[in-house]
Amino acid sequence: MPRNSSTSLSSCIVAPGTLNTPVVWGAESSATWEDLATGNIFHYRADDYRGRSVVLTTIDPFAAIAAMIQLDGVARRIVLYPPDLLFEHLAFVAETAAADFIVTDQPVPEATSSRMECIVPCGRKAAGEDVVSHTHNRASEFKTEWVLLTSGTTGLPKLTVHTLASLAAAIERKASASPSIMWSTFYDIRRFGGLQIFLRAVLTGTSLVLKGAKESTADFLARAGAQGVTHISGTPSHWRGALMSNSAHRIAPQYVRLSGEIADQAILNQLRLQYPQAKLAHVFASTEAGVAFEVNDGLMGFPADVLAQNPCVEMKVESGTLRVRSDRTAVCYLGRERQPLRDGEGFVDTGDLLELRAGRYYFAGREDGIINVGGLKVHPEEVEAVINRHPHVSMSLVRMKKSPITGAIVIADVVLKTPQSFPGGATQMQRNIMQFCRGELALHKVPALINFVPALAVAETGKLSRRYA
Amino acid sequence: MKARSEVIAQFTQVAREQNKPLAPLTDDLPLFDSGLDSLCFAIVVVRLEAALGVDPFDTDEEVHFPVTLGDFIGFYENAAK
Repeated sequence: MPRNSSTSLSSCIVAPGTLNTPVVWGAESSATWEDLATGNIFHYRADDYRGRSVVLTTIDPFAAIAAMIQLDGVARRIVLYPPDLLFEHLAFVAETAAADFIVTDQPVPEATSSRMECIVPCGRKAAGEDVVSHTHNRASEFKTEWVLLTSGTTGLPKLTVHTLASLAAAIERKASASPSIMWSTFYDIRRFGGLQIFLRAVLTGTSLVLKGAKESTADFLARAGAQGVTHISGTPSHWRGALMSNSAHRIAPQYVRLSGEIADQAILNQLRLQYPQAKLAHVFASTEAGVAFEVNDGLMGFPADVLAQNPCVEMKVESGTLRVRSDRTAVCYLGRERQPLRDGEGFVDTGDLLELRAGRYYFAGREDGIINVGGLKVHPEEVEAVINRHPHVSMSLVRMKKSPITGAIVIADVVLKTPQSFPGGATQMQRNIMQFCRGELALHKVPALINFVPALAVAETGKLSRRYA
Repeated sequence: MKARSEVIAQFTQVAREQNKPLAPLTDDLPLFDSGLDSLCFAIVVVRLEAALGVDPFDTDEEVHFPVTLGDFIGFYENAAK
C-alpha cells in the first residue's frame, strides 16, 4: 500500500550530534544507529527490495537491525524469524509470507533455498553506491507489513501482521532524545517483547545494550552494568535467572520491566528488594494484542479500574477472558487457513482468563490451555501428538505445572499400550519417551516429567477432559 | 543425605539429557556456572518434587533464590525436616 508520509524507521534516525551519540552495544561489537541506517549490508540495489517480501533470519542482531531500518518503507513485508526457532519451519514461513528473499547468515536447508533467493548480509560498514541505504531519510513508499511469529497449535508458527504504527503506538516520543536513558533487554529483538525495546531505543534516539545469543546471564549483566543501562526488560523467568545468577547487583536500573508471562508476587517482591530505587512495572502485552497496559504498584494482577481508565486501549472481560481493542493490536494472520484475529467489533481475544477478587483482576491461566514456559508458548496438543507417536504409548495428556524458575513447565500423563511389559522398567521408559520428544520438539516443549497412568478421563464429547487454568 | 544425593543425581541426569557440560558439583559452585540453564533448573525442581515429595519454593513465606549449589541443597534439606 503506497503512502506518502515519511514515517519509516530510517526517517526517525537522528543524525548524531557531537555529544552522546546513541550506540547499540552487542556482546562482541557495537554500532551507532546512523551506521546501521546507512551501512551497506546488502549486495543488492534498493530497487530489488522495493515492494518485496523479505524474511530476516540472522544470528547477528546487527544485520537484523540494519535490515529492519533499511527495509521499512521499502519492502512490502518484513518477516522476523527468531534465530532460536527451528529452521525446519523456514520453508513454511517463507511460503506463507510469499517471500522473495531470505536474509540469513546461516546455512539454509536446501528445500528452502532452492525456492527463493538467500542473501548473506555482507560487512555492515562498507560504503556502497546505489544500495538500499539510499532510502535513508527519504519518504517511505510502502506501509511495510511487519510479520512476527507466534506458536501455533499444530507446531507450525503463526504469522501475525503488524505495522510500524501498531508496534510503536505505545511508545512515547519525546521532542528530543534523552541521553541519560540506556535501554536493554534479555529478549531477542526478533520476539515481540524484544522488538518493543529495540523500537523504544531507535525511535527515541537512545542507546541499547543487546544480550548475545550465547552470552551467560552473569556476563550480560556485568556488561549492561558497565555500560550504565538505566531501563531493562525481560520475562519473569529472565529475572528469576538474573537473581539466581548472583549478578543482579551488577546493574542499577531506574526502570525494571516485566512482560511476556504472568508476574507473580514472589518475583515482584524479589525485584523490589534487589532494586529499591527502580520503578518496577509489569506490562500486559502479547504479539496479537499489542501493548495493553502497565502496572506500577508492585502487586500481582491489576486494579479492576485499569480496564475502564485506559485512554488508548479499550478493554473488557467477556466469557472470562480479556479482550482488547486499540490501534496497537495486530492486523491479521497470514496464511491460507488463517482464523480472524479480531472479532466483528475489532476486539482481540487474548485468551487470558481473569478472576476478579476484591477489586483486583488476577490472571488464571489460558482458555486454550497454552503453557507459557519462560515466555515461550507450548500447545499441549502438539506435544501430545508427538508422544502418541511413540510405539509404546496408547494416549497422553499434556498439562502445565507451575515452576518457580520458568513460571510454568510441561508435564505429561501417559497411558502405555502394555503397562507391565516394557524393557528396563518405568524410569527407562520415561527417559525413552522424553528422548523421543527431544528428537521432535524444541526443548521447552519436552515434558520435564512423565507420569504413567492406567487411563485418562474422556469427556462426553469424546475428547480428553482438560482442566485448564 | 537423601536430598543431597537426589539433587546431585538430578543435576547429572538433566545435564546428560540436555547435552550440557556439567562443572564439578561442589557446594560453593554458583548455580549458573554449573552448566545448566533456567529450563534445566525448572526440570530439576519438578523432578525433585516428584522424588522427594517437597517443593521448597512453594511457600507463602518470602523465598530467596538460592545462588550456590550448597544453598540449593540446603533448601531441600530444610524443607524435608
